[in-house]
Amino acid sequence: MSAAHPLAPEVPAGLAVAQPLPDLYPPRKAYGRIHRTWRRHPTIMIGGAILVIVALMAILAPYLWTVDPTAISTSRRTRVPSAQYWFGTDMLGRDVYSRVVYGARVSLLVGFAVALLASLAGLAIGLVSGMVRWADGIIMRIVDGLMSIPPILLAIALMALTRGSIENVILAITVAEIPRVARLVRGVVLSLREQPYVEAAVTTGTRMPMIIWRHILPNTLAPMTVQATYICASAMIAESILSFIGAGVPPSTPSWGNIMAEGRALWQVKFYIILFPAIFLSLTVLAVNLVGDGLRDALDPRMAKDA
Amino acid sequence: MPDLKESALLSVENLQVHFRTPDGVNRAVDGVSFSIQSGETLAIVGESGCGKSVTSMSILRLLPEPPARLAGAIRFEGRDLLSLPEREMRRIRGNAISVIFQEPMTSLNPVLSVGRQIGETLRLHQGLSRKDAEERAVEMLALVGIPEPRRRVREYPHQLSGGMRQRVMIAIALACSPKLLIADEPTTALDVTIQAQILDLMRDLKRRVGAAIMLITHDLGVVAEVADRVVVMYAGRKVEEAAVRDLFRTPRHPYTRGLMGAVPRLGAAERPGAPQRLAEIPGMVPSLKTRIDGCVFAGRCPSVTDLCRSHAPALEPKAPGHLAACHYAPKDALAA
Amino acid sequence: MSQPLLAVNDLRKHFLLGGGLLGRGARSLKAVDGVSFTLEKGETLSLVGESGCGKSTVARSLMRLFPPTSGQVVLGGQRIDDLSAGALRPLRRRIQMVFQDPFSSLNPRMRVRDILAEPIRNFGLARNRADLDGRLAALMERVGLPREALSRFPHEFSGGQRQRIGIARALAAEPDLIICDEAVSALDVSVKAQIVNLLQDLQRELDLALLFISHDLAIVEHMTHRVAVMYLGKIVEIGPRRAIFLAPKHPYTQALLSAVPVPEPDAGRTRIVLRGDVPSPINPPSGCRFHTRCPHAFARCRTEEPQLDKVGGDHFAACHLDGAAMPAQAA
Repeated sequence: MSAAHPLAPEVPAGLAVAQPLPDLYPPRKAYGRIHRTWRRHPTIMIGGAILVIVALMAILAPYLWTVDPTAISTSRRTRVPSAQYWFGTDMLGRDVYSRVVYGARVSLLVGFAVALLASLAGLAIGLVSGMVRWADGIIMRIVDGLMSIPPILLAIALMALTRGSIENVILAITVAEIPRVARLVRGVVLSLREQPYVEAAVTTGTRMPMIIWRHILPNTLAPMTVQATYICASAMIAESILSFIGAGVPPSTPSWGNIMAEGRALWQVKFYIILFPAIFLSLTVLAVNLVGDGLRDALDPRMAKDA
Repeated sequence: MPDLKESALLSVENLQVHFRTPDGVNRAVDGVSFSIQSGETLAIVGESGCGKSVTSMSILRLLPEPPARLAGAIRFEGRDLLSLPEREMRRIRGNAISVIFQEPMTSLNPVLSVGRQIGETLRLHQGLSRKDAEERAVEMLALVGIPEPRRRVREYPHQLSGGMRQRVMIAIALACSPKLLIADEPTTALDVTIQAQILDLMRDLKRRVGAAIMLITHDLGVVAEVADRVVVMYAGRKVEEAAVRDLFRTPRHPYTRGLMGAVPRLGAAERPGAPQRLAEIPGMVPSLKTRIDGCVFAGRCPSVTDLCRSHAPALEPKAPGHLAACHYAPKDALAA
Repeated sequence: MSQPLLAVNDLRKHFLLGGGLLGRGARSLKAVDGVSFTLEKGETLSLVGESGCGKSTVARSLMRLFPPTSGQVVLGGQRIDDLSAGALRPLRRRIQMVFQDPFSSLNPRMRVRDILAEPIRNFGLARNRADLDGRLAALMERVGLPREALSRFPHEFSGGQRQRIGIARALAAEPDLIICDEAVSALDVSVKAQIVNLLQDLQRELDLALLFISHDLAIVEHMTHRVAVMYLGKIVEIGPRRAIFLAPKHPYTQALLSAVPVPEPDAGRTRIVLRGDVPSPINPPSGCRFHTRCPHAFARCRTEEPQLDKVGGDHFAACHLDGAAMPAQAA
């Protein structure tokens, strides 16, 4: 050990020095920041990377060797995948590759818009429910009622009342998702209210609105963010289901759901029309869920304590 | 000091337990050795993070590997527990070595009656029939001082108070007549009057059952009441070991001295010349995630020198049966 | 006689437990059942007792974290128990609290600076930004933390340092009284001593009154002036430190003191080991609440509830055994 301390004093005679002990694990190399994040949260990194690719695909769709996804051509119907039509063409002769790439726009837009809107609305409802005792009973009974209907059925019912458009799809799925967020936020708020730091805020004379803003709200954001990713994933699936059964975005807009719907009649002979949008949908949903799981671990205060 | 290693019931030799964590290797236990003779009560004292619980978990081989990695040897009746296959280890756990944890509620199964939980270990390890096991369970409950054992044996953990649950834990631990009982903070979660009951019970059982006890605690008062010998741990290392009277009369390591000064003694405040302030140990426990070459206590020691920072002191006898790891601990002439 | 800083008179807090429909058959948990005491400026009064005795409920009622069921709380001559939340807010400055758990008592998402500035801003104590900064720096120095720590988050500190931040937050309001609810119980021995010393220094320098709630009798003896012993929601004995620790009158106090393990082998004390467990506060025993465990209980104890009677100067105990018949300490 003296090697590590060139200036260490000489050990006087008669003093016993402990034998140095071996390292059971090899000493760690100093990793770079990205490497460290990768080691700690691999799921966030994988999921995030896939999402970035899908998002770039949606944004840069016109530049990714696509053609007009709605261009119909009777002369090139149901072609198999080839160098010219990477994913083949559908019954109307539209290029499946172009449709899948453009379809990413719908899925991502619906997923993120629903996640954002449902979180904000659910957060507001959950906060009121958790903080205002008399409102809690009323709100929670309504939420219970809504939760007794499967969200996808609720969304289908709402879509039946209106015409198909992306805005309406977003709205319908949002309404169906709000109760779950509201319930989660209420639970979190109720447990935060009991936290000693909230009691401390009361005893140091903080007013209720400020307690909510400064002490309650910021601490609901971590579980909210995790929940938002799951909502995002389930909204993408819900959008596909709605489009698949013809209750979603209009057929003129390509979405993974309606590409699959249109390929349904031919799936036994031209399976690839369904296969490609299905792969993209699954991958995107998987990526969002991976990010969600990673965030849940990363934001868990128990994990943070060890770190 | 006579070499008791050969005859010891349990001897831990140079135990190291390191954990891999996201931001470095935590050297939770680093080179700890001690031994326990049959029928003796050894206390392991230290503050949170000193490695005392990790040591007991390693003896039971309850640490998942990885993230833990163990080195050294743990010899129980001559066999090295660290190299035993898991099957053999299961036969020892709860039988020859049993354990009482701090939190009796979470260590008892809420859906099994108390009698079943005591009987289970007996049927598993001693092959008793269901009827015999229940008979023995009633005996055990009576042994640990639970009134109306015949009725209590059919009750569930939630029907019992905290003190009663801890008695049940002790009954389960003693059911197979273990040779070694590991008690990890057995009274920390209990109220003072209940703690007194459990300590009385443990002292009484020590006489009657004759098991060796390894008591893990942070409470010097509990140590003084039940232990025969004491090991003081700090930051993953053993800094002092002595018979209980020697340790309290002449603590030799500065950390032990600091601990004793930091604890007020009941009844001392009214004595003439009682200190107005408690003795503090300044600073805090060092991080175990960086390798410490010198003495682990150097950062907080009142009499630290450069030598302490660069060279870790060896654990040496300073008086008969009294070991301390300090370059400057007073040394009796008797100690060779 | 001059006005005490705090006078608590017959304080009760009963929690309603969910009963049948429409509250029929609802039972109540009598957590605090008629507690009275006074506290002078610069004085330490300790509330001791085992879990469930109601000592923390007393603290929370005084802080008005929930309203008391009945009784009076008089702070500096003014009744505060019946004030509205708005009227109470400015008075909250005078009573502050240090919590048990150094981890959950600090908002993990606030910097130390914002944690400490909150009471100063709420009570309008700082004249301007420079004054605020000065106060923050002074607070950090007072509790022995470096000034740079102001810009850090709670998770960057150890348990003892967090408790210092909790104390600084209480001091920021410039209170007359600090309630320490098991404030050192969760800390390691060596750190505990640091915090106990800090509290004692602060009390001396700022002439603070402390209501020190603890189950650790050795620490209580070290730092208190007076002690109130609670059992099942009631004070069974209250008096100066010397009287309580050297000549306890109530059998429960005697048992409690004898049960504390002393870090001296061969201390050679006789221990009074109480039988059984603390009864439930939902259905407390009749008469004297301690009679089910008392080694000296007789017929009268089971039927008639003893009152706090004077047994010496400023020393009161609630026990039917009269002074002469009372067992000598630790009989």
